Amino acid sequence: MNVRLEGLTKHFPSRNKKSKEVVVAVDDFSFEIPDGKLVGLLGPSGCGKSTMLNMISGLEKPTSGRVFFGDDDVTDVPPELRGVGLVFQNYALYPHMTALQNILFPLENLKGAKKLSKDEMLKRANEAARLVQITELMERKPSALSGGQQQRVAIARALVKMPKILLLDEPLSNLDARLRLQTREELRRIQRETGITTVFVTHDQEEAMSISDMIVVMKKGVLNQIGRPQDVYDDPVNLFVAKFLGNPPINVFEGSVRGGKLFIGDEDVMDAEGVSDAPVSVGIRPEGFVPKEGGRFTCDLVGVEVMGRDTSVICNHPAFDGANIRAIVSAENRIDTEKETVSFDLKPNKVFLFDKETGRRIRPGEENR
Amino acid sequence: MNDYEKIERRAAKRKRAVRIITIILLSVWALIVLFPFYWMVLSSIKSYSSYNSERIPKFIAEAPTFKNYVSAFTEVPLAKYFVNTLIFTVITTALMLVVTVLAAFAFARLDFRGKNVVFALFLALMMIPNELVIITNFQTITNLGMRNTFHGLILPSVTSVFYIYLLKENFESIPDELYKAAKVDGTSDLKYLLKVMIPISRPTLVTITILKVIECWNSYVWPRLITDDRARFLVSNGIQEIRENGFGRENIPAMMAAVVVISVPLIVLFLVFRKKIMEGVSRGGTKG
Amino acid sequence: MKKNGLKAWLYLLPSLIFLGFFMVYPLVDVLIYSLEEGYNSASQTFTGVGLYNYAYVLRDPYFMQAVKNTFILVMITVPVSTGLALLISLGLSSIGKLRELYQTIYFLPYVTNTLAVGLVFMILFKKTPYTDGMVNLLIGLFGGRSVDFIEGPYWAKMFVLSFYTVWIVLPFKILILTSALASVKKDYYSAARIDGASGFKIFTRITVPMISPMIFYLIITGFIGAFKAYSDSVALFGTNLNAAGMNTIVGYIYDMLYGDSGGYPSYASAAALILFAIVFTITVINLLISRKKVNA
Repeated sequence: MNVRLEGLTKHFPSRNKKSKEVVVAVDDFSFEIPDGKLVGLLGPSGCGKSTMLNMISGLEKPTSGRVFFGDDDVTDVPPELRGVGLVFQNYALYPHMTALQNILFPLENLKGAKKLSKDEMLKRANEAARLVQITELMERKPSALSGGQQQRVAIARALVKMPKILLLDEPLSNLDARLRLQTREELRRIQRETGITTVFVTHDQEEAMSISDMIVVMKKGVLNQIGRPQDVYDDPVNLFVAKFLGNPPINVFEGSVRGGKLFIGDEDVMDAEGVSDAPVSVGIRPEGFVPKEGGRFTCDLVGVEVMGRDTSVICNHPAFDGANIRAIVSAENRIDTEKETVSFDLKPNKVFLFDKETGRRIRPGEENR
Repeated sequence: MNDYEKIERRAAKRKRAVRIITIILLSVWALIVLFPFYWMVLSSIKSYSSYNSERIPKFIAEAPTFKNYVSAFTEVPLAKYFVNTLIFTVITTALMLVVTVLAAFAFARLDFRGKNVVFALFLALMMIPNELVIITNFQTITNLGMRNTFHGLILPSVTSVFYIYLLKENFESIPDELYKAAKVDGTSDLKYLLKVMIPISRPTLVTITILKVIECWNSYVWPRLITDDRARFLVSNGIQEIRENGFGRENIPAMMAAVVVISVPLIVLFLVFRKKIMEGVSRGGTKG
Repeated sequence: MKKNGLKAWLYLLPSLIFLGFFMVYPLVDVLIYSLEEGYNSASQTFTGVGLYNYAYVLRDPYFMQAVKNTFILVMITVPVSTGLALLISLGLSSIGKLRELYQTIYFLPYVTNTLAVGLVFMILFKKTPYTDGMVNLLIGLFGGRSVDFIEGPYWAKMFVLSFYTVWIVLPFKILILTSALASVKKDYYSAARIDGASGFKIFTRITVPMISPMIFYLIITGFIGAFKAYSDSVALFGTNLNAAGMNTIVGYIYDMLYGDSGGYPSYASAAALILFAIVFTITVINLLISRKKVNA
């Protein structure tokens, strides 16, 4: 089932009781999630991701805008009738019930034509348990389960009523680093096996990039970019998206375009044909640096970290806006650490120009106002 | 999707109805709670004759008078009861604080052999009902000739194991580093207790104090056993005395004036320290 | 280390003295008293050792009356007050803004003097030559017959006593249950809604089990408290509770000790130990049930 959001907006009354202002949690959000895909809703904390998820599940009603499941407008449909499964950030397993009772709970609530017999319920619960591989833990209470196991139970509980859409709120944030890697592959597998359209919320770009078919990057309630992870990484629409994706993060410099050349400081570092003259923010991915004797871009060398497969060159530049520039270069490049400076050539497809005021991407040939 | 809208609208309507009914029912109980307070104030400002002439009591006082308050202080020794209770409350609470702080400090901060055993015994004492020990205490105090004295009233009322427990928990939450730092600076244990632990634990100490004050102010059983001289009565016994022998005749307005006078201090205390009291009580006070 | 140990005992000394003198010693002593037959308060002598005091107390019609009164009171007030507190707390958690005001009002009885407000209750319920009293007027309004709740029939007296007891104990229970309800995470309710549970089902399957430890705590302390009922009864019916037929076990103990019928610490001790045995048994039963039912 595909999910379509049209102009979804959510206002909250301001915390400050005296002011009449409202907090805009989600602002005019429109996009479509294709059937059977795994979609990562990505943004920094407090950007309205969870509100989005709650509006899709029906726990919160949008201030305006519509939610469609397939062709059905479900905006006014209460959550229990939407056929969604939701996994909470802290799993929200009922602590007084065993894993099995937790998984059975949604089935017990089915009414009318959907009502199941006890045997059918057990069969469905066991199927769900097998899918998430917790069959031997069914009699335990949540307090006797590890974080990872609790999460599997929570997923089983969400899947057992065969939802049309599965929603996960920060599914990996409560797990330790090792378990996180393992679980995200597990999530991918479960989603593939069931083919259920799945939306998950995360603030961790690596998590979103690694398993999603599609990522949706949002900031302060506003949709910034949507697309395949690699596409978004390779072609960010603005400085925020460029900075948010990628680890180590993109390096951002103050620069300017003059006569079809990009200048950082006094150096003309790259050709920038088709871009009109203006001060710009220059974003360079760590892998965009190619060390070269007499290269066009020279930085002060701070240090070198050898990581085996490749080498991290740490340097500094007056026009850089952060603490240290980090360039990832192939280990074959030998960097002379005795020297005080290092020169690079830049890979044009790893360098992005942004409007200095708005942060919007400037592409060659486009008018940049 | 029209059906869903209908469902939603019906649900919203039902929700509003449930809310209104809830508020009405809660208000009924609020009235039941408040009514006795209203009634005592109301009756206390009616004159004796008008109170007794109202076969069907009126809900307002037509000619409010404060004469009853005057009689409450002149015809019965209400002021005396009041002062007695004040003395009893202040001294008992102060002693309790000293004893509790010292014991809690020993349990929380000092190491000594048998600490766990002694603490377990203290906890066991928490389960001993007052009724069981009051008999001997009555005999002890009587034999010591301390009936009708403040000593006799106060001494058995001082200790509360529960407060020692509460304060010990609080003391233990103060990080060890502070103690070590103080030791390095050459601070004595007593000074550390006075200058560091007590100020940090002030909220708990305030809670304990308030709870003890309430307990003292309302205590009835022990004072009743140990005092039969009116000059040593506390307010609870005073009010009982007033009810049974005061004012010569059934002077209910005057009794109500006395009730108001007795109730006001605690109600004021409650309204001032509302949050602290409710928090303290939910941490383990019971009406005892 | 050794020095520290000595100092620790010094800090403990005041509490040890107070507890030893007024709690530990009396605990031993009460047992001894209860076994000393024919104890004479004035000369402090006794004639023998045995179980006679217990036998006497158990045969005393006043004691049996007190036991009956206490049990009826417990059986009425514990369930009623716990149930009512649960309903009120649920209501409170659903009304939003007014909540704080109502909580404050509901808490008032906790800080009032039982004896003083009991007097107000007595006046509201009492029939006098001058007036039938507020409550009887209300009953009359609904077409009922007036009753003297203070000096009238037994059931009427029991009703006032129960009503007043509930009025007194409710604040504590409401307070505990509202904070228990507030501590249930919102996510559980959201999860239950997504799972399609109805409001009633959420209450019985999620809310109640989640706060069941607190409910049991209230039931246990409620039983203990109700068995010790005394001052509420005095407040309503005066100090001569045997005459009013409204004595409680604790009242019986004090009457044996002091007052017109007093001077029998042995009987008082035996009665106190019987009370302790009853309370202890019921608490153990409660704990056993809660061990089975409560989900930690």
